[in-house]
Amino acid sequence: MTAASRPLDVTRTAVAKRQGRGRLGRVALHVIVIGLMALWLVPTLGLLVNSFRPASDVARSGWWESLLPPWDFTLANYEHVLTQNNLGDAFINSLFITIPSTVIPVMVAAFAAYAFAWMDFPYKNAIFVAIVGLLVIPLQSTLIPVLRLLAGAGIAGEYLAVWLAHTGYGLPFAVYLLRNYMGGLPREVFESASIDGANPATAFFRLALPMSVPVLASLAIFQFLFVWNDLLVSLIYIGPTRSENLPMTVVVSNLVSSLGGETHFLTAAAFLTMALPLAVFLGLQRYFVRGITGGAVKG
Amino acid sequence: MEDRLITAAIVLLGVPAALVGYILVTERLIQALPERRQGRLRPWFWIAPALAFLIVFLIYPTINTLVLSFQDKFSRNFVGLDNYIWFFGDPGTLEALRNSVLWVVFMTGGVVGLGLLVAILVDRVRYEPVAKTAIFVPLAISFVAAAIIWQFMYQYRPPGTPQIGTVNSVLGLVGLGPVDWIRERSFLVDNFALIFIGVWMWTGFAMVILSAGLKGISTELLEAARVDGANEWQVFRGIILPLLMPTIFVVGTTIVITALKSFDIIYTLTNGAFGTDVIARKMFAEMFTTQHFGRASAVAIVLLLAIIPFMAVNIRRFREQEALR
Repeated sequence: MTAASRPLDVTRTAVAKRQGRGRLGRVALHVIVIGLMALWLVPTLGLLVNSFRPASDVARSGWWESLLPPWDFTLANYEHVLTQNNLGDAFINSLFITIPSTVIPVMVAAFAAYAFAWMDFPYKNAIFVAIVGLLVIPLQSTLIPVLRLLAGAGIAGEYLAVWLAHTGYGLPFAVYLLRNYMGGLPREVFESASIDGANPATAFFRLALPMSVPVLASLAIFQFLFVWNDLLVSLIYIGPTRSENLPMTVVVSNLVSSLGGETHFLTAAAFLTMALPLAVFLGLQRYFVRGITGGAVKG
Repeated sequence: MEDRLITAAIVLLGVPAALVGYILVTERLIQALPERRQGRLRPWFWIAPALAFLIVFLIYPTINTLVLSFQDKFSRNFVGLDNYIWFFGDPGTLEALRNSVLWVVFMTGGVVGLGLLVAILVDRVRYEPVAKTAIFVPLAISFVAAAIIWQFMYQYRPPGTPQIGTVNSVLGLVGLGPVDWIRERSFLVDNFALIFIGVWMWTGFAMVILSAGLKGISTELLEAARVDGANEWQVFRGIILPLLMPTIFVVGTTIVITALKSFDIIYTLTNGAFGTDVIARKMFAEMFTTQHFGRASAVAIVLLLAIIPFMAVNIRRFREQEALR
């Protein structure tokens, strides 16, 4: 079984062969990895470069040709979409939609997760299993009744409608992730707090929340990206009648068809929608990755 | 402008204050109760907001959609299975169904396959973090932005004129093309061009999870196999793949569900034309273009039925993990 039980030279040739093939293998490895990196980065870089080029250039030649002198870059595309297509307002709308649609589900889920982890009540496990089941419900199967509910309540088209809907859709994952994390906090901490006379609300705000900051950060980033990048929910619950409330995704998606031949403006529009999530993502990648792997591998 | 400032104040201060206030006020109320009833009532106050949201925005609407799917265009009379008979007889919906199957098969295959390949390859290079970030970045951007990025990548000019799209330009270098991706006559080319956008976006997701799983495999085990003379392919087939199988399964189900629900890319780039419609876009069209709420609901229920098996799998997996806790 071990190398010693076999003729030594067999092992040695195997190792030698591995090393001989190794050099060629290393080169191939780097070529493939760098090739894949390029394939994954070039589309976004191409868009970024095109967004700074004059309209006539974008229509005439590929983005790579502008990398050679004479350079001719401009901010005209950004100026146009910000002033003529109201993308500036849409950016604010996206913020107004995304911040509460992140804060509400994270907080509501934290309350529920704390109860699931540290309180006892009848049907606790059955309710939690039901929430796990709700994780996969496609939001399409809720669109028509929810739109009717929101219209009936007179809030269809308002930010509030989208906040509430995103909270509902984001909750199953949020409760699930937070409960798994909070359930793993040390029991003694809560017991001694209780003996010291702290009520559950104090224990929650002073202990459970601060100790759960890493998972709260992952969840918040996750939900933030999901809501910021969402098209369907805003498209349906805000809709065309309240176009002054629409977020960037919907406005930009409509530009694709309405701009027709002036596609060079799309480059700047698309990059404006990407700027904030990219910054959040690159700055907080660690938490984001932890959220994904924590939710999928463990959970 | 003043409206916007008020909205900003609500967004930044009002909403968090209301949430914290809810718990502080209910806790006050509970403490006014006799000791014995406090413990019994308290948990319900803590989970009440979550339950209310889940019931109003997920449970009730899903049941209601099921009922609507058996009703007519205006949700007035029951029409039995008419909407489902339409679904499985209409060439448009069948085309959408076929394309959704293509999305599920090829997006899942592409994302899991490439994610696994990348996870294994970057594990062997020193610039692993940079390589991973490069592959991961598209996950942070919206489907809408990705659709625009690839609209430029796929740009087409008639043969003989300079190609300005990256893909056709590269094809031209090796003497191929140009291909009018997305608007090609062949539905396979169009659909694959769109599906690849999904693969490009989600490969990073699969890579991150599979890479975490890969790091969990003991290096001694892999080295022992190599010393025993196993080549890299045998190590992969015999050790890595079987050990990663549960993780691959988890990633796969997530991508299958994402692929079934794909909407944004198609809505933005073709709006279902050129033989690229999918069921999620079909539902949107029935809801807003023809405004047939019975049919739209039936489409949604078909989508839900396709996803239900994964719900069962999720619950079973969760139960198994709970048993191990």
